[in-house]
Amino acid sequence: MIQTDLCIIGAGPVGLFAVFEAGLLKMRCHLIDALPQIGGQLSEIYPKKPIYDIPGFPEVNAQTLVDNLRKQIDPFKPTFTLGERVDGLTRNDDGSFVVTTSEGTQVHCKVVVIAAGLGSFEPRKPELQNLEHFEGKGVVYMVKDPETFRKRRLVIAGGGDSALDWAIHLSSIAERVTLIHRNESFRGAPDSAEKVFKLAHEGKIDLLLSANLQAVNGNGVVKSVSVVDKDKSVKEIETDYLIPLFGLSPKLGPIAHWGLNLDKSAIEVNTVDYATNVEGVFAIGDINTYPGKLKLILCGFHEAALMAQRAFEFVYPSQKRSFKYTTVNGVNAF
Amino acid sequence: MNITFTVADRTGQTQTLELPDDINLSLMEVLKASDYPIAATCGGMALCATCHVEVLKGADQLLAPADAELDMLDTLPNATPQSRLACQIRLNERLQDAAFALMDTTLS
Repeated sequence: MIQTDLCIIGAGPVGLFAVFEAGLLKMRCHLIDALPQIGGQLSEIYPKKPIYDIPGFPEVNAQTLVDNLRKQIDPFKPTFTLGERVDGLTRNDDGSFVVTTSEGTQVHCKVVVIAAGLGSFEPRKPELQNLEHFEGKGVVYMVKDPETFRKRRLVIAGGGDSALDWAIHLSSIAERVTLIHRNESFRGAPDSAEKVFKLAHEGKIDLLLSANLQAVNGNGVVKSVSVVDKDKSVKEIETDYLIPLFGLSPKLGPIAHWGLNLDKSAIEVNTVDYATNVEGVFAIGDINTYPGKLKLILCGFHEAALMAQRAFEFVYPSQKRSFKYTTVNGVNAF
Repeated sequence: MNITFTVADRTGQTQTLELPDDINLSLMEVLKASDYPIAATCGGMALCATCHVEVLKGADQLLAPADAELDMLDTLPNATPQSRLACQIRLNERLQDAAFALMDTTLS
């Protein structure tokens, strides 16, 4: 089990900066994020966009801000669990917590800090009846190990870069790859689109354009998918796997069931220390709400600083907190 | 001048919105302000598609979508030829008598 002082859920800009504020108070941090990389929305959604309202930076590229935050917190040696979504939260008799992830990773901590933005990024799912029943039984939303698909029949749905790239890559591994796309053409990278058309021409990919998924069929496991084409005629394609690749969208997920007071999909906090209604659990950044809340990165940074002051009392209950400026004390690395 | 248009939520319930045409907002911002369940994760950059709507009426009146919007729409599982991103539609007289339906399921 991973041992830490603060378990921070979400490795976006606010979660990262919380490591710095905690570090100044000698508290160690472990971060968990559902995405395989740090940076949250900044790295996943708009890495190349300029941000203009970070104090001291007239203009900063989103990914550059993430890279700088990473550099800023390095002295405090944060540890990370990436690509796993938090699932469970249990409290021990001594008031400490155990956070469990989707992959079974456990983090033992004194304080939980939820800095999860708008939730964890999860795959967008097509609206098909009974789709959930087939998840993990032939329906998969991401390709983790291409070897899983060796000599199997696959249907990939989607028209973006990841659908194109995986169709190309898996066409040399799988027995048969069928790519289904709603439109006549692809808006993904032109090189990839060209390659898909070439592979289709060579008979290495079955390409179904202007077609939509209509149903997934099977008895316990996926046996076939039904596809409706532009003439409204329905075609059944036998397959071992259906891989819908429609990008990612944020969901609050299991955190919604942790007994926290929620307002819509945001966690209610007080503005003294950004504590939630559950003792020892804080929420900072876009995930929280309070009167006058502004979803700005700079507000999240402020919230992180105040949260850390209060978290100190949970981590070092017998010590007196003394406030020190970095200009006086510097940054004392662990 | 005021403009009026209708919005249907995910349950099909339709409401008419009436707004002054000189407030500088996008349709996404108007829908959020009207308490529709829209996450608007990216804040209006056509990058998250949580403001996905279908234009039931008046599509021809609207300015055509730019590349960034078309790229994002193309990745959505439930997009239709009438799909738009509300964040890319400015609130102006082109919306008069239009009808929209919410399509994203993130918060519903």
